[in-house]
Amino acid sequence: MSVTISLDERFRAAAAAAGLLDVAYDVVEDTPIGPLLVGVTDHGVCRISFDPEAEHQLEQLARRFGPRVLRSTRPVDHVRRELDEYFAGRRRHFDVDVDTRGLPDWHRRVLAELAHVEYGHTTTYGTLAALSGNARAARAVGTVMNRNPIPIVLPCHRVVGATGSLVGYAGGLERKELLLRLEGVTI
Amino acid sequence: MIPPFESFYEAHRDEIYRFLDRRLGRNRVDDAFQETFLRALRAYPRLEHGDHLRAWVFTIASRIVVDDLRRRRPDAELPELLTEDGRPAYEELAPLTDDLPPKQRAAIVLRYGYDLDYAEIGAAIGSSEQAARQATSAGIRRLRKEER
Repeated sequence: MSVTISLDERFRAAAAAAGLLDVAYDVVEDTPIGPLLVGVTDHGVCRISFDPEAEHQLEQLARRFGPRVLRSTRPVDHVRRELDEYFAGRRRHFDVDVDTRGLPDWHRRVLAELAHVEYGHTTTYGTLAALSGNARAARAVGTVMNRNPIPIVLPCHRVVGATGSLVGYAGGLERKELLLRLEGVTI
Repeated sequence: MIPPFESFYEAHRDEIYRFLDRRLGRNRVDDAFQETFLRALRAYPRLEHGDHLRAWVFTIASRIVVDDLRRRRPDAELPELLTEDGRPAYEELAPLTDDLPPKQRAAIVLRYGYDLDYAEIGAAIGSSEQAARQATSAGIRRLRKEER
């Protein structure tokens, strides 16, 4: 005998409603780039991962935000809705807050600049480095992009090489290409 | 390190559900289940390590069983649950058993604080009924030795 699905869901909803979670997460299925794990704190969306199965995801979240990490649908609903709209081509800008607490200052600065790169446009690692206050740090910007905890919402797929080559993407180049094409960028 | 609550919850939810169902019956199990894990969630950030989480959550569930039974049948005799000054027995036991190895401590608290039988204690601490009985008496022997 095991817990019924309705009781399980009821507990998960109650835990979130009582404000007892450090991170609520859920898996958003059915996106054009595969299932995504989405994590949310009181401050905003803190994680989007292309690898929703991995146990170490939860451990990383626990280390960064606290051990009360629990799957719970409702806190993630607004992010799910915006992602759905984005993938359907009906949203060009995300309104959800992002939570980048705990990241090194340099990462936060670069990610804050990244957030301004608009839908359907691209920028280069070098430009982003200059905007972040260090024009010579293109390579370091590459590292920040590679470790971006909130891809899609923080649009690291819009950052390309100086020659226009896609260079790399933590989720794989196929996903980067698909996202750019979705936004109407000619590659 | 303390595991993410999701891992802890997934590992123990079914056995806690069965335990509560056995003690309280189908009509009461849902509320008690939710209360058990909400209490666990409230206390979770204060845990100092991730050992003995199973015994810990069974202790919470046992306390909820006792509270529930007492609420429903305030006049019923619940032997050994209250000490003379009206404090719950588990509170009385806590300082006495602080220095015991965790398994023995859990066994004693569940036996004398919550009046569980050895099969249930075994389930709670991840041992057989026989091992639960042994852990309890080993703990008692040790407490007697310390008293001297």
